Amino acid sequence: MTTDIQKFPDPGLPEHQHRKADHDPKAADAAEKKVAILFLISALGAVLLIYSYIFVREDVWFFIPVMGDTNAKQFGIGMGMAISLFFIGMGAIQWARTLMPDNEVVAQRHEFRSEDADREDFVATVKERAGVAGLGRRPFIKRSLGLALGLAGLSPLVLLRDLGPLPKNELSKTSWKAGTRLVTDPGDRPIRPSDLEVGSVAQILPELAPGQKRTLEDIGKDAVLLIRVRPAEFNLDAERLSWTHEGIIAFSKICSHMGCAVALYEQQTKHLLCPCHQSTFDVTRAAKVIFGPAARPLPQLAITVDSEGYLVAQQGFTEPVGPSFWERSS
Amino acid sequence: MTPSNGIKKLSRYRRHRWAAPSLMVVALLSVGTTFSIASEATPDATSTTMNTSQSVQIAEGKQLFLKGCSSCHGLNAEGGSIAPSLIGVGAASVDFQVGTGRMPMADMSQQAMRKKPLYNEAQTAALAAYVASLAPGPAIVDEASLTWERDGSTSAGGTLFRNNCAMCHNFSGQGGALTQGKYAPTLMGVEAKYIYEAMITGPQSMPKFSDKTITPAEKLSIIKWVKAAQTEPNLGGASLGRVGPVTEGLLAWTFGLGILIGVAVWLASKAR
Amino acid sequence: MSKQEKVLGSVANYVDERTGAAKWMKKNLTKVFPDHWSFMLGEVALYSFVILLLTGTFLTFWFDPSQNEVVYNGSYEPLKDVEMTAAYASTLHISFDVRGGLLMRQIHHWSALIFMVAIVAHLLRVFFTGAFRKPREFNWLIGVGLLTLGIVEGFLGYSLPDDLLSGTGIRIAEAIIQAIPVVGSYLAFFAFGGAFPGHVFISRIYTVHVLLLPGIFLALITIHLMLVWYQKHTQYPGPGRTEKNVVGYPLMPVYMAKAGGFFFIVFGVCAFLGAVASINPIWLYGPYTPGQISAGSQPDWYMGWLDGLVRAAPPIETHAFGHTISWNILIPGLIIPGILFTGMALYPFIESWMTGDKREHHLLERPRNNPNRTAIGAMSLAFMLVCLVNGGNDIIATQFNLTINGIMWFTRIGLFVIPPIVFVITKRLCLSLQRADRDLVLHGRETGRLVMTAEGEFVEVHEPLSAEKIYTLTQHEQNAPLALPDVDANGVRGVGGMKGKLRKRASIAAAEQVPSPTLTEAKEIEHH
Repeated sequence: MTTDIQKFPDPGLPEHQHRKADHDPKAADAAEKKVAILFLISALGAVLLIYSYIFVREDVWFFIPVMGDTNAKQFGIGMGMAISLFFIGMGAIQWARTLMPDNEVVAQRHEFRSEDADREDFVATVKERAGVAGLGRRPFIKRSLGLALGLAGLSPLVLLRDLGPLPKNELSKTSWKAGTRLVTDPGDRPIRPSDLEVGSVAQILPELAPGQKRTLEDIGKDAVLLIRVRPAEFNLDAERLSWTHEGIIAFSKICSHMGCAVALYEQQTKHLLCPCHQSTFDVTRAAKVIFGPAARPLPQLAITVDSEGYLVAQQGFTEPVGPSFWERSS
Repeated sequence: MTPSNGIKKLSRYRRHRWAAPSLMVVALLSVGTTFSIASEATPDATSTTMNTSQSVQIAEGKQLFLKGCSSCHGLNAEGGSIAPSLIGVGAASVDFQVGTGRMPMADMSQQAMRKKPLYNEAQTAALAAYVASLAPGPAIVDEASLTWERDGSTSAGGTLFRNNCAMCHNFSGQGGALTQGKYAPTLMGVEAKYIYEAMITGPQSMPKFSDKTITPAEKLSIIKWVKAAQTEPNLGGASLGRVGPVTEGLLAWTFGLGILIGVAVWLASKAR
Repeated sequence: MSKQEKVLGSVANYVDERTGAAKWMKKNLTKVFPDHWSFMLGEVALYSFVILLLTGTFLTFWFDPSQNEVVYNGSYEPLKDVEMTAAYASTLHISFDVRGGLLMRQIHHWSALIFMVAIVAHLLRVFFTGAFRKPREFNWLIGVGLLTLGIVEGFLGYSLPDDLLSGTGIRIAEAIIQAIPVVGSYLAFFAFGGAFPGHVFISRIYTVHVLLLPGIFLALITIHLMLVWYQKHTQYPGPGRTEKNVVGYPLMPVYMAKAGGFFFIVFGVCAFLGAVASINPIWLYGPYTPGQISAGSQPDWYMGWLDGLVRAAPPIETHAFGHTISWNILIPGLIIPGILFTGMALYPFIESWMTGDKREHHLLERPRNNPNRTAIGAMSLAFMLVCLVNGGNDIIATQFNLTINGIMWFTRIGLFVIPPIVFVITKRLCLSLQRADRDLVLHGRETGRLVMTAEGEFVEVHEPLSAEKIYTLTQHEQNAPLALPDVDANGVRGVGGMKGKLRKRASIAAAEQVPSPTLTEAKEIEHH
């Protein structure tokens, strides 16, 4: 091989191919017609839209394969709009493709880098101007200006302080207290142990004091899932076992990972699954995490029965419910 | 509707053609489905109310059971290593499992699927009567008593559904994934009776929903909501399976981007 | 002169006399734009943004961004008398009691999905063809900014209706904020005006969604387009196309008609989707309450990878000195996305550091001709796809009879294993494609026609390529690794330490390629 390697040469732009419509007036007429037809279809679409909006009743349904029963008004307005817009586009593009000049044009580029002389001048100017300002020579001004600008930029953040209250211990509190009755959600009915069969679950909230209204913030922390298994199936330490009642065990429904409602209870495996990120908890082992990203078990609510035989909380939750946060100690 | 109304309705089972065989279990149901397990029941109570046609049916059921079910569930339905005990599961459970074709299971897959039932109605009833004779449990639900169309409330049912069912069966009853390949089946097209029976018997992975935590009236509302979701036409166009944003994203990438690229290719092509 | 021409002429006159725009307009009306379908992807993004502005404005006329409790009393029966927020109720009102309202909601949502699809497709086109190289690094950075903002903007829009799905999404966003060390719970309480869900969040994100972010979008898009305009568009290599020119059609009338027409095409396609395919049927989800959840709760697709990453995260939290750090949230939710997006933003600079290439580039590269970059892109794409698959693992599991646990483990392992494999395969594939190009140029195209030679042998006739085709296949540059010395002036090994070594290796990897055939070689083959 010689040292002087030749690359394949650039043959230059291929010769311009004329379209039929460029030299044949008949073809040009046909192309014009085609474009006009596309625009006319668009016009029909607009008519369909207006007609459907004004004249088609809301309760008219008709069947379309794949889509099933379809609302005529919604479909008519939508299709009308789609047709009217789409075919304006088709017409315009077809017009450009077939009738507008299709000679490719060559434009020259210029390098963005300026001429060396200009660049030198530019740099020199910047240096000189900066020198006149004396920024480099007066460090005190420079630093104090930096401080002022920095603080001026940061200070508006202070104004955002009133966006919300301080968290204090809000994240660690729930409405559950010793003796709070467990009631069904929805329905607010108190529950006796005998109301629950083995293998059953119930969605639970704390009973409200009379006249109290339950807020979503409360539900977001108070929601509990009640599950009944055979007592023999528990694999709990003595303390946690004492938090259950006749095989009934209660867990916070708010996922310890990201706060979704963990309520997919598999009655056979005794596993709880969170549908958001698929953390899986073993109910018989105090909601120990057996799969997925959650790092902590669901907090268990200690329950017992009151004098009337209704299920109540022995005490509030002993740990914060829901996702982790910095101030959480365990 | 109050819970006692619901029980009144359940008592109308007696008029059904399977009334005689299930009379006893209906009585037990009205006492409450809270009898959870065989051990709590009194077997004597069952034998006293039994008449001859019932015992014939039970005997027939036992034969069917020995032939088709006992290899897994044991000769006395006591359960085995691969199948649970059927003592105390009640007639409703048998009616649900066999009536929807889930049992007998064709293969040992993760979970029994709904398929064409192997046993006809009479055979299913016989099997149910046999299992019910072992220990009391929830009785077969009489379809006529499920007056969800009249007594249910769609909006109340929707709230109940989202609280108790949507986490597994999805927001519109399309079903969803559980752990290890198990799944909650779709509720679309499921008969009201089977929805009701599933709620009271807790088939397979599904937990039970006691009549005190979700009253019979509330169960009817849930059914009404499920039926409304099933018959509700797709207001916004093709449903895309009603499974959320996954299919929507897929359509945007395939159809949306596909057609736009198609037009762009045409746009950039030279006309002849 | 026709009447029309006269009118146009006087309009042009009128404008120029007041703005002096004649010179600028004259130059720019004939500005040349190269024509290729892949150059339209960015336009799809631009146009869907315009559609979003139009349909979004329509929706604001009825939407009530408030979390005040109301009892629904509209025409959708299954939710009658249900307690909900005004935001949800007004979205139902738009859907069922405003004619064409549901359609507009659906067009808005579909065009949001298309917007993000187009941004990603455009990004891939720009990446794989090397369009981000000098002098276009600024535009790459702006593009990455637009992508990031697009994800945020989309998520906020998904959150506004306050249905069960969007509330679940906000719940997760709150958990991510809450997980930030030291200030997390403060930030969460400030953002939500107290405990989750509070009463102010929707109205706050509404302002961000309809005012703040669209404003930033407009500004960034304007700069993005001005730079494209000023720097002139890149073009694909080919005969007559060089680094010094741009070949295409003038803005007026061809490109105007095509691009303008394409806006209507995009709008039409979004309207079609809105008319035929249901999207986010919020009435089925029901109002949000923290105690409820639906199976298969997913984010929209552009957040799906993030959700998949969070799902696959290891269950690790640190509890020490009375404080908790949730690595299971921070790593997939903030750290990895942060690394990915920073890496993506810096890629033009990283590549130029690897190759030492500081020249301007206006000719695009065919992806195969830069195997290293293409492999890096494919690797990143593979990572994202694995994440995305895991983000929909429950739907995939039920559709294809798989287990969510199985897909999760596939993801956990696949995230580490699949991208490197994809890298190697892609690089090999690019090199084989280069080799195939080389054979094609030197030996011509196989015609499938067999001819018997004088010796009675059957030989397939190879048809030589056209000069244009040959030029297109051979014009690309031949890379050479950086000539970095192994030893410095004093004979000490390892110039620049670790960084130097890394750069040397990277530059060798980046320069790997099959030598492009030359005319000299072709002539030699002919001689034999």
